[in-house]
Amino acid sequence: MSKVKSNSSVNKLGKVFSGAGPVVALILLAVVLSIVSSSFLSFENVANILKQTSVNSMIAIGMLVVLLTGGIDLSVGSMCALASCLMGVALRNFGIKNSFLLILICIISGLLGGLINGLLYTGLDLPTPFIATLGTMQIYRGLAQIVTKASPITGFPVGVKFLGAKTIAGFPVCFLAVVVVFVLFSVFLNSTAVGKKIYSVGGNKEASRVSGIDVKRIELLVYVIAGLMSGIAALVLTGRVGTALPTTGDTYAMDAIASCVIGGASFNGGKGTVLGTFIGALLVQMIRNGLNLMGAQSDVQSVVIGIVVIGAVYMDVRREKASQKSKRQAQAKVHQDEA
Amino acid sequence: MGEVLVELNQITKYFPGVTALDDMSLALEKSEIHGLIGENGAGKSTLIKVLTGMHKPDKGSIYKNQKEVVFRSPLDARNQGIACVYQELNIVSDASIVDNLFIGAMVKKKNGLLNKDFMRKRTREVMEMLGQDVDPDMICGNLGMGMQQMVEIGKAIQLEADVIILDEPSSSLGKKEVQNLFKTIARLKEKGITFLFVSHKLEEIFELCDRVTVMRDSKHIVTKPTEEITSDELISYMVGRPLSNLYPKEKTNRGDEALRVSGMTHLGEYYDVGFTAYKGEILGFSGLVGAGRTELFQGIYGMKEKDQGEIYVGGKKAKIKSPKDAIAEKIAFLTEDRKSQGLILEFPVRWNIGLVILDYLKKGLFLNAKKWVEVSKASIDRLHIKVSSDEQLAGQLSGGNQQKVVIGKWINANADIYIFDEPTKGIDVGAKIEVYNVMNELVRQNKCVIMISSELPEIIGMSDRVIIMRGGRITGEISREEKAFDQEAIMAFAWEVKTDE
Repeated sequence: MSKVKSNSSVNKLGKVFSGAGPVVALILLAVVLSIVSSSFLSFENVANILKQTSVNSMIAIGMLVVLLTGGIDLSVGSMCALASCLMGVALRNFGIKNSFLLILICIISGLLGGLINGLLYTGLDLPTPFIATLGTMQIYRGLAQIVTKASPITGFPVGVKFLGAKTIAGFPVCFLAVVVVFVLFSVFLNSTAVGKKIYSVGGNKEASRVSGIDVKRIELLVYVIAGLMSGIAALVLTGRVGTALPTTGDTYAMDAIASCVIGGASFNGGKGTVLGTFIGALLVQMIRNGLNLMGAQSDVQSVVIGIVVIGAVYMDVRREKASQKSKRQAQAKVHQDEA
Repeated sequence: MGEVLVELNQITKYFPGVTALDDMSLALEKSEIHGLIGENGAGKSTLIKVLTGMHKPDKGSIYKNQKEVVFRSPLDARNQGIACVYQELNIVSDASIVDNLFIGAMVKKKNGLLNKDFMRKRTREVMEMLGQDVDPDMICGNLGMGMQQMVEIGKAIQLEADVIILDEPSSSLGKKEVQNLFKTIARLKEKGITFLFVSHKLEEIFELCDRVTVMRDSKHIVTKPTEEITSDELISYMVGRPLSNLYPKEKTNRGDEALRVSGMTHLGEYYDVGFTAYKGEILGFSGLVGAGRTELFQGIYGMKEKDQGEIYVGGKKAKIKSPKDAIAEKIAFLTEDRKSQGLILEFPVRWNIGLVILDYLKKGLFLNAKKWVEVSKASIDRLHIKVSSDEQLAGQLSGGNQQKVVIGKWINANADIYIFDEPTKGIDVGAKIEVYNVMNELVRQNKCVIMISSELPEIIGMSDRVIIMRGGRITGEISREEKAFDQEAIMAFAWEVKTDE
């Protein structure tokens, strides 16, 4: 892992990733779950959590980049299903057995899905990305059903399944991939001009535009990134379960948004960190895992995740108010000093 | 005159780490127009908020009609007859005048339904008292700013206020509307209403007010009848030092053509506008609010689409479709609206300073963080921006320092043409002079400076040439060399001259 670049970016990271709240929640939850369920802290279960969190983490980091610009992508789950299914169709209907080709198909499908989202929003001047991706969420899901004739596809070659299924000494490869991806995104967002532009667009779109930033291009880019990450997530997922399933991933958008928001991202854009999202993703998966261990059905899980999202957004609103207040006070003080 | 109606006695108000009002006293006499003036941050807003019950003072007392009163909420102040018309009006723009006047206090008939006839009649009376003959059923959103303000004043009268605070009432009005407002204020004064008139504009204080109070550093500095004080004295009370010259104009040498436009048209905003700006000069753009100046330059800069028109930069035709294109042509546009178009308030000062030059701060694939720090430090030093560090959030700075951050952002872009849109709006006198000095420095470097301003003294004080717009067209141009280079000449073009087309 590379070290975080400069001192100041550490400060900024600390500032934006506001507080240790999610970390504390993560630890508390782990303690509670290990008391409630004896199997929680078993190596197997921990490896399982890490494995399960990988799909959501990949999608969540794409979602973070979108949220940073003040956008949202509701179609990530459908995109993930579609990418997986298109790869399956290539295998089943066109007899493509080359792992490299299949992987390429999967990832390019995601990229294209994201590109379409981005073009719909920026090109057609649709009022919000919410509308554009709400539409494509349905479209991609429908397409996934159509191309597979609504039946699951199995029999993927080992190369395709490597990322999702392989373990090294019991440790899932996909989680290592997540760590690498997150480090790359951290560098991308904090140490490149494009990364800073993404934050800037979310911080103030109009000021960014006036300052010569090509806002539409940045917005297009973030949806392409979200699509790409959905494609990669599809690869992990297909590898893990060995099947391309058109109905999969209906909770992914929710989980990804939850992960980002728990980690400090804001729907207003301009706020959020890679590290926070990582913790958020772990927390979401642990909640699901814990509920699983306690024998809760997926419908109960949905209720709990929904509550967690609302709670996290509420915390964000409170944080925002508090920071507004301290800003006012600071400004009053500045006025005072100057007068 | 003479009888004290409202008195603030030795009011002190603390905010965490700040004393916003320090032993401040103020007495308003019955039916006087009392001016209140001071730089931004002098404590005027806090004073208004104490007077309207929005802030509770930590020390001191308030008297109304010689009786001590305690305001626990804005409602208490209103019940004592104190009303305030804020700069940003509290008008429900979809509702009629009568509904706005009676909002929250609708009059009902015995059967529980609204007594519309009574309210209409009363509205007509109140507005007549203000000298306004209007249909009570008109929707406020369709009225001009001046009339909307009248409705606010009417609301205060309807609530039987006898003290009305006017916070920067003329800032968004045209000249006629201001005159109309002043007439109304004088009328209401005759009827025994007392006004606290908060303004940045000295000429208005002198025109309207009986007495004036100057605040500085959260303290009371002086209260005098306006007849016994000069504007130079007022300024020196405000800034705490004598000001040799508000407008540090330097002699300039006009250079080559920098920016030429022709046939610039955007239907509904500006029509067939053409002009040339040169290096080494300050070209002022004057006119009333709504004359289309800002829109014109937004069109030139590529912020908004234009219908027609050609732009030449340095004699060469330029295709500008977005701000990005304009920046590539070395044009910088310092927007009027700092908060929504100039700065990312939640982001650090350094970030904002680097915003235009992100692509130049690269070292290979990555940003050159060291260079970024150097650039921001240099800008902060050069423009004397007061910050605790360049990590401080832009939103935490005062208006003047925010404006300097915007300037810093653009200075680094190393443009040739600098367009300043209302560069000194809402900033205090000291910061204004620093902005003028930046303009002077740019002109010395043979850059082209264009200044859009609604402040006539500023336009006259700093420009080499002035182009005047009205109704989206250029109606005149005057030059510093001409004899009639004064406010009257500009006003003639901005008001009386009618275009032939």
